[in-house]
Amino acid sequence: MIGGFFLILVCDLLGEALREMAHLPIPGPVVGMLLLAVLLVVSSPRPNTELPPQLERTAETLIANMGLLFVPAGVGVITEMSVLEAEWLPILVGLIGSTLLGLIATALTMHFAMREPKSDSESAVGGGAR
Amino acid sequence: MIDAIEAAWSPLAPTPLLWIVVTVGAFLLAKRLNRACNGAAMANPVLVAILLTAAVVLVTGVPYPTYFAGAQFVNFLLGPATVALAVPLARNIRHIKSSSVGLGLALAVGSLVSICSGIGLVWVLGGSRAVALSMAPKNVTTPIAIAVSQQIGGVPALTATLAIVGGIFAAAIGRRLLTILGIDDHRTHGFVAGVVGSGVAAAEVSSLGGLAAAFAALGIALNGVVTALLTPLLAVFWH
Repeated sequence: MIGGFFLILVCDLLGEALREMAHLPIPGPVVGMLLLAVLLVVSSPRPNTELPPQLERTAETLIANMGLLFVPAGVGVITEMSVLEAEWLPILVGLIGSTLLGLIATALTMHFAMREPKSDSESAVGGGAR
Repeated sequence: MIDAIEAAWSPLAPTPLLWIVVTVGAFLLAKRLNRACNGAAMANPVLVAILLTAAVVLVTGVPYPTYFAGAQFVNFLLGPATVALAVPLARNIRHIKSSSVGLGLALAVGSLVSICSGIGLVWVLGGSRAVALSMAPKNVTTPIAIAVSQQIGGVPALTATLAIVGGIFAAAIGRRLLTILGIDDHRTHGFVAGVVGSGVAAAEVSSLGGLAAAFAALGIALNGVVTALLTPLLAVFWH
């Protein structure tokens, strides 16, 4: 658990440092995520090998409880009440409208792009048919 | 009685422990409530926990910076949690490769439409630049949305709320909408939930099975990267 957490923290730190040094427009943790993903893909000798179990356990715990981590930032909405009150219409329509448009655009694009090579979705569940 | 609470409360209010306990306690309570409602999308544990915690902060009259001075220790873990998304990403690298064209196109179109329509709708309806910029990264997973919002001059707290409420909305209507469009591929259902509704919708769509869950994780991670790259660029062009 601690070993996995250490690896994650190191990647977070490296991501932050890299962003700072290269003046990247991406948040540090995203750089860290990319670093770790590249590291994991490159370091596994075969495509289907297991990831380090320590890392897997820590990552699963963090992701499963991610909801809790949003709460402190979300409570900050109490400092933005005046904005919500003054601009409720653009906020409401923008939120619902762009989520709807995003859902439709993503779904239709993927549907038509994946239609060509006819493969039923269930055959991919077990994975590695090829 | 009131005096006794006051006497106990006052010395505790400035310690970080108090606000960590309130935050974690509110989240546990919200999760229990969600289970009691059979996982209804409107009883989303994150939303309920935010409302409960905000109510405690408002009722006790504590300023938000005082609350956050304690709760920042919970907030800090958002960074590591974002890095941890690399694990499902690496685990599903095989699926990414086998359907990379469809994923890439859907990701590019979905990401652009979400960002531009968010900015556009706010702008058309007379919203301010700060609100439009807060809206831009809202479809992406909350820690990334907060970081992007901070970077481009949005209001991070507003973005966090928009991301969570938008995720709840996507979770509530996503599957029904795709069924109306005649789409039943679990890969598409999963990926769309991850790209547009991030964590909240991904949790909902995972009831379809492992393949949908894997593609949802993929959608969260990939759109996180694309939105983090794209939004600052779009924000530079738009003054």
